Amino acid sequence: MIRTPLRPLARILSARAKGENPDAIENQNRRIRHEQMRDHDRSRAEGRLLVLGVCFFCAFCVVGARMGLLAVSEPMEPRAHAPGSIIANTRADIVDRNGRILATNLDTHALYAQPPQMIDREGAAKKLVGIFPDLDEKRLIKDFTGKRKFLWVKKKISPEQMQAVHDIGEPGLLFAPRDMRLYPNGRLAAHVMGGASFGREGVRAAEVIGVAGAEKYFDDYLRDPANAGKPLELSLDLSVQAAAEEVLEGGMKLMNAKGATSILMDVHTGEIVSVASLPSFDPNKRPRPATQGDPSDSPLFNRSVQGVYELGSTFKIFAAAQAMELGLVNANTMINTAGPMKVGGHTIGEFKNHNYGTISVSQIIEKSSNRGTGRLALMIGKERQQEFLRDLGLFERTPFEIVEASGGRPLLPKRYTDLSAVTISYGHGISTTAMHLAAGYAAIANGGRAVKPTLRKQSGPQLGPRVMRADVAAASRRMLRDVVVGKNGTASFGEVPGYFVAGKTGTADKPKARGGYYKDKTITTFASMFPAHDPRYVLIVTLDEPVETSSGKPRRTAGWTAVPIAAEMIRRVAPLLGMRPAIEPAGVAGITLTSSN
Amino acid sequence: MKSVIYVLTALGVIGLAFWAYRENYATQAVLNDTDKLRSEIRASHARLAVLRAEWAFQNRPERLRDLAELNFDRLQLLPLHPDQFGAVDEVQMPTPDLLPITESVDVSTMNAEDPL
Repeated sequence: MIRTPLRPLARILSARAKGENPDAIENQNRRIRHEQMRDHDRSRAEGRLLVLGVCFFCAFCVVGARMGLLAVSEPMEPRAHAPGSIIANTRADIVDRNGRILATNLDTHALYAQPPQMIDREGAAKKLVGIFPDLDEKRLIKDFTGKRKFLWVKKKISPEQMQAVHDIGEPGLLFAPRDMRLYPNGRLAAHVMGGASFGREGVRAAEVIGVAGAEKYFDDYLRDPANAGKPLELSLDLSVQAAAEEVLEGGMKLMNAKGATSILMDVHTGEIVSVASLPSFDPNKRPRPATQGDPSDSPLFNRSVQGVYELGSTFKIFAAAQAMELGLVNANTMINTAGPMKVGGHTIGEFKNHNYGTISVSQIIEKSSNRGTGRLALMIGKERQQEFLRDLGLFERTPFEIVEASGGRPLLPKRYTDLSAVTISYGHGISTTAMHLAAGYAAIANGGRAVKPTLRKQSGPQLGPRVMRADVAAASRRMLRDVVVGKNGTASFGEVPGYFVAGKTGTADKPKARGGYYKDKTITTFASMFPAHDPRYVLIVTLDEPVETSSGKPRRTAGWTAVPIAAEMIRRVAPLLGMRPAIEPAGVAGITLTSSN
Repeated sequence: MKSVIYVLTALGVIGLAFWAYRENYATQAVLNDTDKLRSEIRASHARLAVLRAEWAFQNRPERLRDLAELNFDRLQLLPLHPDQFGAVDEVQMPTPDLLPITESVDVSTMNAEDPL
């Protein structure tokens, strides 16, 4: 660009000639030059702004396009950097305390149909019914020929069935991969397992969700991908559970009972080693809940944690233990149990109107005297009794980790009177589950510390708050031992040589739905612990409406029904628990080591 | 001088492009390998899970009990009972026969008189 001089000579000379001021020319030129410079700068700045704007626009376009792309694309795992990424993204297994599988997953397929893609709709329906006889042919034809574009035909099919469907050769029949929950042990520990079913279902995968039992309680843990490959360890022992269920089932049939439950609990750790409730079901084919009738008749009903019943005389030991704890009595204190005894206008009677006279606290337990424990309860007082039973966990739901346990809320008297205190001292007027009783007995068995029943494998004792002194617990255990081996003990069938069983029987009449009690229906319970001198396990066996008829005369007491079953169970499971009997083993003289390898 | 720099730069660009091309294909190959391995691992996991389930199913207590009962004549298996416990010292070990002494060893008698 040629710069225009500020004082062009020609114009200056002509201006001078005309007598004008040549500076005006310079000023004018200077102004023009400044205006040009300003215009140039402005256009350059505008150009830069434009470029910058275009840059920003492009950048935002890229970001927006990328976001849109990410939003519409299918999610997929990063290919390059995922060291040890979750490959097995399935529901965690459930194993017993020794790592044996209780619940696992199996790959299977679901069958679905897309009728628009089908060629021979009626033929396909006919062949499908040939493979799956439970399908309704008419309905299938209606679905296939109707307006539907998609339908599930079968939720789970076996590999053989899948091959058979493949062989139909119908392009509109398709398979969706599924994870199926499998309980390889069938009915074993069915109530603890509960069951699982499908949640949200898609063509590529379906959620497996727990519907009951531990599967539901631990659903979050089991579904958490972080726990894939880390099975959920339960406190159950598979072989003990199997033996306990076998004995309980045999016993239930022998005693003509409607239902039965047994709980085996470690008294120090609170671990439930085995818990059975009969009748049971197969969690692989969980039945539908009963919509009518008594829910407790359904096999789904878990008697061990949902069966809230009066457990009868098994509660007597709590009154005796508390009276000793408070220093009111000792095991040899004599108590007058003679009648009549009236509390709050009600007469307290004994079983078959016995009169035991004046007997010691120890004998009250051994003979199971209602009036005896009633008098102890009056000495203790209702406030202190409530406090003690609450400390043992008998007033709250058990924290046992299956969903059904939250339904087992103890039934307490609305008004806790002196009469309540007396009846509760012998197990009437308070309804609890067998699991509550197990926890209460475990406190006596472990030397006086409250313990909570748990389904998770523990690494050490719970060491809960102390509810009674160790010497009181020991004295209580001696009393319970006398119930089994004493001259007049009610649980004389309970002795298992070498295992020193101690326990207390309880027989309670079954309440009618509309008030009152049945005369010929009982709930019998045997709450036991072994070995008595240093208990390791508490075993509760409860039978629903048992009748023992071997002598021709029906017998419905715990001593004749629950006790023999508990004894047989201890005989079977104690060796499995690794407990050596403290007796001279018989018949080992014939063992000879003939080879060593 | 300038032209030398231009040539070198051009060569460098060509070299880098070639290197990037090769790296790209090598990466793709490794990724494909990884995918294959991962699907193999997945299949192995599935197979393992099936085998574990199968093992648990074949060893379910109910079946073992039935098998023990079916084969009672041959195996004579009974449930574990308390009286089957024994201590190691209660097991009669077979007493090994004394080996015949073939080579006698002379020992000092410390001048003791033979009593016989």
